[in-house]
Amino acid sequence: MMEAVRIPPFETLYLEHRNEVFRFLVRRVGRDRAEDAFQETFLRALRGYPGLRHGEHLRAWLYTIAVRVAADEHRRKPAPAVVRVPRDEGVRDARPEYAELEHLAGDLPAKERAAVVLRYGYDLSYADIGMALGSSEEAARQAASSGVRRLRRRRIEIA
Amino acid sequence: MTVFPQLDERFRAAAAAEGLLDVAYDIADSPVGPLLVAVSERGLCRISYDTEPERELESLARSFGARVLRSPRPVDEVKRELDEYFAGERTAFDLAVDIERLSPFNRSVLEELAQVPYGSLTTYGTLAGRAGRPRAARAVGTIMNRNPIPIVLPCHRVVGSTGSLVGYAGGLDRKKTLLRLEGSLRTAE
Repeated sequence: MMEAVRIPPFETLYLEHRNEVFRFLVRRVGRDRAEDAFQETFLRALRGYPGLRHGEHLRAWLYTIAVRVAADEHRRKPAPAVVRVPRDEGVRDARPEYAELEHLAGDLPAKERAAVVLRYGYDLSYADIGMALGSSEEAARQAASSGVRRLRRRRIEIA
Repeated sequence: MTVFPQLDERFRAAAAAEGLLDVAYDIADSPVGPLLVAVSERGLCRISYDTEPERELESLARSFGARVLRSPRPVDEVKRELDEYFAGERTAFDLAVDIERLSPFNRSVLEELAQVPYGSLTTYGTLAGRAGRPRAARAVGTIMNRNPIPIVLPCHRVVGSTGSLVGYAGGLDRKKTLLRLEGSLRTAE
């Protein structure tokens, strides 16, 4: 039997992922609200940390929290119509197309949105996404593909 | 885009203020090199000469829980007392220590060790006797070697029965520096 992956010291997890989680939140809720969302994401992660049973899929788990925090932020106060990531300060955004998709994804049902964001925005495997969403790999695949279908339909409607 | 220092500090402070940490730690400068200083909710739980975080953080997580985060504020008081000690202005620490997870004999040895006054020396055998096992000098040596809170629990004040310095987990040079500071070792030694 494989030994369970040990849960790392929180500092290690935080250092490894804080920058990408921050970038993710800037894209999701805008620069101004990203700071509060960032703090809330990692405080929630700390609250949930003792409940983890193993150290697998922690990145996916963090993103799930960030997705929920961003959704709460949107509920609290709708986001400005277009969120622009500043291009100076040496930002290299590898996924410009995704920034648009993600903006549209904001209105999808929570699970589909999370699946789309994690799959296409962050390139997580369906197994990881399933773990993050508390469902199976297959359910994650279905949530992502029905999210994408819904987005396509919507784009056609908009057009 | 990276997390800005102020945001990083704010999160680290909030995590501690909300009581979400098993261990808060920081790095302190000292005449014996940088020290990793860690506190649990019970008190000071680790001082390490090995500031290479990886290994030390793993060990803290195993002993106290995985919510280990660098967060300066909870460690401030310890750092202040250490600064005063190294400046020669403090001869006793007024700090709660967390040694609950150690074995009863280990704890009682460290409790006796804490009573050894500034500027004095004792031997492994004497300490073993005070802890109730006069023939356990070797075991006491091992306990000194693994002392989780050196300096504050002053294992540098323990020497061999012939007066030789014997050894120190942080290296003999550090032991000498601490003893010189306390005036128990002449500068030339």
